[in-house]
Amino acid sequence: MTTPMVKFDNVTKRYGSLTVLDSLNLEIAPNEKVAIIGPSGSGKTTVLRMLMTLERINDGVIYVDGEPMTHMEKNGALVPASERHLRRVRGNIGMVFQHFNLFPHMSALKNCMEAPIHVLGLPRVEAEERAAELLDMVGLGDKKGHYPSQLSGGQQQRVAIARALAMRPKVMLFDEVTSALDPELVGEVLQVIRRLAKEHSLTMLMVTHQMGFAKEFADRVCFFHSGKIAEQGAPEDLFNNPREERTQQFLSAVLEAG
Amino acid sequence: MFWDWNYVWEIMPTLLRASVVTIEATLLGFALAAVLGLVMAILRMSKSQWISVPTAAVIEFIRSTPLLIQIFFIFFVFPEFGLVLPAMTAGVIALGLHYGAYCSEVYRAGLENVPRGQWEASTALNLSPYITFRDIIIPQAIPPVIPALGNYLVALFKETPLLSAIAVLELMQTAKILGSESFRYVEPITLVGGFFLIMSLVASMFIRQVESSLNRSLRNPGGDK
Ligand SMILES: Nc1ncnc2c1ncn2[C@@H]1O[C@H](COP(=O)(O)OP(=O)(O)O)[C@@H](O)[C@H]1O
Ligand SMILES: [Mg+2]
Repeated sequence: MTTPMVKFDNVTKRYGSLTVLDSLNLEIAPNEKVAIIGPSGSGKTTVLRMLMTLERINDGVIYVDGEPMTHMEKNGALVPASERHLRRVRGNIGMVFQHFNLFPHMSALKNCMEAPIHVLGLPRVEAEERAAELLDMVGLGDKKGHYPSQLSGGQQQRVAIARALAMRPKVMLFDEVTSALDPELVGEVLQVIRRLAKEHSLTMLMVTHQMGFAKEFADRVCFFHSGKIAEQGAPEDLFNNPREERTQQFLSAVLEAG
Repeated sequence: MFWDWNYVWEIMPTLLRASVVTIEATLLGFALAAVLGLVMAILRMSKSQWISVPTAAVIEFIRSTPLLIQIFFIFFVFPEFGLVLPAMTAGVIALGLHYGAYCSEVYRAGLENVPRGQWEASTALNLSPYITFRDIIIPQAIPPVIPALGNYLVALFKETPLLSAIAVLELMQTAKILGSESFRYVEPITLVGGFFLIMSLVASMFIRQVESSLNRSLRNPGGDK
């Protein structure tokens, strides 16, 4: 068996006395596309944020590409990772946020150049070339000089995707990336993600409420409930024949809401 | 005679020369305050309590003691420890420190107003803390607080007469000397007051101008497209 690209090994996350994720075990293969669904507050965002190192975990270990990320090896034992170790491993991962989080004082092009220049050390010309290519790919070749405030939500989210891709991550995280968009703008963003999934060898984790999209996009769907994976499986199975009652309830509630 | 125009014209060149010293002290003091304030604000936000708590204490201490005492301290007490400073230098340092502490609060408000998502995006892109501050956070934190900083510039300007206490030849000290030589205080003191009034008004107008053009560009970075 190949080494998993991402592995949560008994990961627990607490906020005070509230246990948000309870001994999570999850392995994601290289190039696998995983959709994460579940009711609000079930811990979906927290899974992505821990993987992006935006949250410290309380227990367990997260591995990325076979290497511990939250910890590092020291004299044969695992000790909590230093900032330096986190910086190195985090380079494998990119994230797209619900509210885009573009840098408002930089043009679309500059948004996509900042990290490649200062983190990867690319020469400016090369960083600009790469940024331009990626903006072309997300269909914004004619908006390179525009600032975020001059772009629609859908366009901003596409810039955010290009910005994350500019760092050449192996794993891409998407947290409800269409939830903040007007309905007519959802399609253009999903279209970009669809293309990414088809044309790039990327491991993708996507938290979504778009069941239709999850079905066509994902190799596997994980249904989260109260900080645990209540059920997981291939989309056809999980959507058409959910075994767990909680899954059935959730799916019928979502379908009813449309 | 209550007001003597001839005397006014006689002392005008001396006062104008002194006003240059006042403006110098203002600009140097404020440049120092602007830099120190930012440094203090950033140290104060440090995740390490070993850094943030002492910084907060120093800021509070500086803000809670009178500027005049700080001026005296730097000019008269530092030499006891072997650090002898010219009066102007000591004065500029005192102004910079004192107003730096005030500016740090302004910067802090600006820094805290940058949405958390900007920090998170910076982490997700693996930017170092230095680049995050320099390229992402500071450029967003400072423009909105420029008007507040400008108000401190005017306040600092109006407190430069305190430097006369350590005999810096700025406007106030010069006016006092002129007065004691001629036993006429009305003209020099009035002229100095008028100078401060005019400069403060001009500066306030300038700040308002900057404020409104800032508001425009903050609402719409990059202009119309
Ligand atoms: N910073 C935080 N402090 C305290 N509780 C939090 C914090 N972030 C999330 N939570 C709690 O953790 C739980 C899971 O949150 P989240 O992962 O955002 O859920 P989801 O994305 O599935 O809606 C929720 O109950 C939420 O209130
Ligand atoms: Mg969420």
